[in-house]
Amino acid sequence: MGIDIREPLAVVEPSDPRVLGLRRMAIVPAYKEESVISQVIEEIRHADPELEIVVIDDGSPDGTALTASGAGARVIRLPYNLGIGGAMQTGYQYALEHNFDLAVQIDGDGQHDPQDFFRLIVPIVERRADLVIGTRFAGEKFYRGTFTRRIGIRYFARVVSLIIRQRVTDTTSGFRAVNRRGIRLFAADYPHDYPEVESTVLAAKHHLTIAEVPVAMRTRIAGHSSITIARSIYYMIKVSLALFITLFRRYPTLEDQ
Amino acid sequence: MTPWRISIVAALGAAVLLVLILELIRSRRLQERYALLWLLTGVAMLVLALWRGALAKLADLVGISYPPSALFVLFSFFILALLLHYSTVISKLSAQNATLAQRLALLEERIRRPEAG
Repeated sequence: MGIDIREPLAVVEPSDPRVLGLRRMAIVPAYKEESVISQVIEEIRHADPELEIVVIDDGSPDGTALTASGAGARVIRLPYNLGIGGAMQTGYQYALEHNFDLAVQIDGDGQHDPQDFFRLIVPIVERRADLVIGTRFAGEKFYRGTFTRRIGIRYFARVVSLIIRQRVTDTTSGFRAVNRRGIRLFAADYPHDYPEVESTVLAAKHHLTIAEVPVAMRTRIAGHSSITIARSIYYMIKVSLALFITLFRRYPTLEDQ
Repeated sequence: MTPWRISIVAALGAAVLLVLILELIRSRRLQERYALLWLLTGVAMLVLALWRGALAKLADLVGISYPPSALFVLFSFFILALLLHYSTVISKLSAQNATLAQRLALLEERIRRPEAG
């Protein structure tokens, strides 16, 4: 199963017949990203004009929603801050309601490069995976970042690999895409805070096929990272608890149609 | 045996608690489903405060040599149960709250759509 990881060069063309009829959308969660959101939208449109861009404004007090709709994105505005998971799930609910075939998560802070989109979706287009995770580790550009952060990422990769019995290298990455099955699952059930690690396990427990594709991560264009030491510790403990509980939970939580 | 004074104070306390709970239910400030655990607490306290023999037996059974301590331990246990119960209520409320916010946001986007396009 780990073979998927070593396919860094595969790309599908936008003109590929498998991509042409594909109704696809980008879920862009944004909280206080007024200064970069239009640039992110522009980049996504440049990478793939056929992507419907849906910005989920997670109750930002600033002009994020206005700027995003000014830049031509659809904007769904949450009445108050739900956290990244709640915002992301709203995007999946939109995808389900509007009958999309594929949804890709792209952060509103500019750390994901939309240019990687046609690499990311290869396993989905080739029907080898239901969920594709853009990983920072299997690529040609090795991800740096602080020491503690790498440790955290490695730790969760190890634990998740054990739980789902498949090797994954970067479960904390928020750059990921799903097909209809994934949209249906995540619209109905998505973890609320710090969702990436947990949603990976959730997908595996529902027998979704998972693949990883190497992507580049950038340091955020602007804004502030939400990571502090106290939060990192809370993150580690909270997510570890959630993972531990998954061992004793019954899956699937929803029927497969 | 439990000193009389402790029994009287405990019984009075339990009675006041029970009256307060019933009044809150009567004035619809407390729903019955959330009052049940409270009522159970009040009744258990009242019974054990008045029925001194039972409290002594209970204390003896679990190895507490001073019966009023058993009353205290039991009361703490009820409070823990109540708190845990409220944590589940809060969890449920916050999940429902999130769902509401999501539905609202999706519907709002739909309503705004004709003007935007």
